[in-house]
Amino acid sequence: MNGEPLFEVFVRPRRGLSHTHVGSLHAPDAELALRNARDLYTRREEGVSIWVVAATAITASSPDEKDAFFDPAADKVYRHPTFYDIPDGAKHL
Amino acid sequence: MLACVSRSCNTVGVYGNDFAGPDAGPDGGLLRQVEAAEAALRAAALHGRVEGDPAALQDYFDAVIAADQKIEPRDWMPDAYRRGLVRQIAQHAHSEIIGMQPEGSWITRAPSLKRKAILLAKVQDEAGHGLYLYAAAETLGVTREELVGLLLDGRQKYSSIFNYPTLTWADIGAIGWLVDGAAIVNQVPLCRCSYGPYARAMIRICKEESFHQRQGYEILHTLSHGTPAQHEMAQDAIDRWWYPSLAMFGPPDTDSTHSEQSMAWKIKRFSNDELRQRFVDMCVQQAGVLGLRIPDPDLRWNDERQEHDFSAPDFDELMRVIKGDGPCNTERMAYRRRAHSEGAWVREAAAAYAAKRQEAVAV
Repeated sequence: MNGEPLFEVFVRPRRGLSHTHVGSLHAPDAELALRNARDLYTRREEGVSIWVVAATAITASSPDEKDAFFDPAADKVYRHPTFYDIPDGAKHL
Repeated sequence: MLACVSRSCNTVGVYGNDFAGPDAGPDGGLLRQVEAAEAALRAAALHGRVEGDPAALQDYFDAVIAADQKIEPRDWMPDAYRRGLVRQIAQHAHSEIIGMQPEGSWITRAPSLKRKAILLAKVQDEAGHGLYLYAAAETLGVTREELVGLLLDGRQKYSSIFNYPTLTWADIGAIGWLVDGAAIVNQVPLCRCSYGPYARAMIRICKEESFHQRQGYEILHTLSHGTPAQHEMAQDAIDRWWYPSLAMFGPPDTDSTHSEQSMAWKIKRFSNDELRQRFVDMCVQQAGVLGLRIPDPDLRWNDERQEHDFSAPDFDELMRVIKGDGPCNTERMAYRRRAHSEGAWVREAAAAYAAKRQEAVAV
């Protein structure tokens, strides 16, 4: 077990739903990662499709810069429909 | 008003309270408690972000815990929280891996093709549980090689229960009912643990464990209602597994070393003795349905406490077994080391193949 690479596993539970992160596993390559993911995360028909992604290929935001990184969204309440006053009587809005 | 007695009656699971009491039987509330924990995890996440400055590390960590939200891998956490979790999750993972052995030895000897297939699926689940847990531990910054090394070198322990032998087929029933039953009682509260990856792994595991407990219960029920010799075999298995199962909850609260801090950090939610009591109260009714006897002459209902009085397991024996002097410690570790070293060529071949294919892509 010479440090087999880590893969993150995403499963689409049913048609119409997005792939969701379910966990991770080690495998020598992506093909075996996919087979291992099938045995590990879909033993009870939990999915209809699996993605495996090498963990090193994921770029993540850092929790340390959480505020600065997500702050720009905080003062743009006008992006939400509830921001707008709708005059009485306007339908289908 | 018709009484709802049939198992197929579909209103049984629909009505009634979400937190079934300890008398709910083998179909009882444990699975619903897991679902409740999962719902609570989602609900806590919807409360919105915890107020506070993430730069004020300890304060923010405390605030997240106080709000019943989850700590995630890249969050700041106290060193002792990280170390304690690594130790607990790793030992839990090792237990799942070693736990394959006592049952695995019965796969070829299970009495029918159906029982073989079921046992095979169960042992495969145990491997899966070990892997979910190793993955959860790795999010805390420890590598898989280190974790496997800690087990193989004997520097980390696994649950003492797996150092007892499985002498008869009925032992497979007793493991499912008592050992997996005790594990579930221990593990259901961990579905609410403050560390996100551990809580999510536990939710997955507990849902699967419930099949394990029921298959064991069914084995014992079948044996208990079979020939007198089969009934006796079932009773003998319970006689041998009862006290070691009670010991699985660990030393009494007065001697437990890690509990207080663990509770404050919401890793652990109930004390060893509370969980042991809960387990005993559940088992008494279940044993009645099985038609088997719990081997404790002092076991009786205490009307005042609204709980059963029962005899404590032999904690000196527990300590001896943990220290390595159980019936099967040497055998279990030797088997694990052999399996690991005999699998080396498979890992090497897979790595060589992966490297070769990568070269082919690079050219």
